[in-house]
Amino acid sequence: MTPIPMDQGLLLAAALFFVGLAGVLARRNVIFILLSIEIMVNAAGLAFVVAGSRWQQPDGQLMFIFILTMAAVEVSLGLALVLRLYHNFRSLDVDRVSNLKG
Amino acid sequence: MQITFYISAAVAVVATLAVITRYNAVHALLYLIVSLLAVALIFFILGAPFIAALEAIIYAGAIMVLFIFVIMILNLGPQAVRQERAWLKPQMWLGPAALALVLMGELVYLLFSGGQSGQSGAPVGAREVGIALFGPYLIGVELASLLLLAGLVGAYHLGRRGDAAVVVELEEAAARDAEAPAVSALSAGQTEGGDAR
Repeated sequence: MTPIPMDQGLLLAAALFFVGLAGVLARRNVIFILLSIEIMVNAAGLAFVVAGSRWQQPDGQLMFIFILTMAAVEVSLGLALVLRLYHNFRSLDVDRVSNLKG
Repeated sequence: MQITFYISAAVAVVATLAVITRYNAVHALLYLIVSLLAVALIFFILGAPFIAALEAIIYAGAIMVLFIFVIMILNLGPQAVRQERAWLKPQMWLGPAALALVLMGELVYLLFSGGQSGQSGAPVGAREVGIALFGPYLIGVELASLLLLAGLVGAYHLGRRGDAAVVVELEEAAARDAEAPAVSALSAGQTEGGDAR
C-alpha cells in the first residue's frame, strides 16, 4: 500500500481551482459565477485536506470544516443577493449591474 | 490503490469542466454534485472519512439544495412546468449518471477490498478531529459561530421586503428600465434621456 503522493493531490486542487477561476472570468450569469466560486473554495479545502493527510494530522480537516462554514454563509448571502438582484433588475447578468462603474 | 485516486481525480476534473460550460443552471448543478461526490471519494482515499461525509452531506446536500431553491424561485411563471420538462430530458441525465456510476463502482471496490486498507496510511477519523476542534481550535469554533450569526442577520436583511430609500430608488430605476423599450418605440428623444440617466 503506497500512499498518494502529496504533489499529485495539490496538482488536482490547483486544476480544480483554475477551472473555477476560468468559470468566474468567462461566465456572466451570476448563478454560474457563484457556482464557480464554490468550485474554487472547495479546491482550497481539498488542498488543506491533502496537506493534513500528508502528516497524518487533523489540522487540515479542521481547516476544511471552517472553510465549509464560510462557504455555507457565503452561499446563503450570495443567493439572497441574487434574489435581490433579480427582483430589482429582472436579469441575472452581472454586466447590467454597473451603476457604480462611474 | 492509487488508481482509484486517479479515476476520482479524472471524474472530478471532467465534471467540473462540464459545470462551467453548461448553458443551463440545472444541468450545471447535476455535474457539480458529481464533482463534489468525486472530491468526497478523494477525501475518503486520503484517509479523511469524516470530511468525506461532511462533503457529501453539507456541500452536495445542503448547499446545492440552496442553489436549486433559488433557481426554482427565479423561474416561477406559466412556462415553468414546460421549462422543467425540457430541462430534465432523459439524455441530460446520461452524463452525470455515467460519472456517478464510475464513482459508485470505485466506492464498492474500496469498501469490499478491505475497507480502510484503501486509504493512504492510517485514517484520521472523527475522534481526532473532534478532540482537536474543541481543544486548541476552540477559538475558531467561536469565530465560526460569529460568522454564522453575521450571515443570518445579513440574509434576513437582504431577504426582507425593504422599505429603505435606496431600495425604493433601485426599484424605480428598474421600473424605468423596463419601460424604456416601450418608450423608445414611441419617441426617440425620451429614449436618449433614459440612456443618459
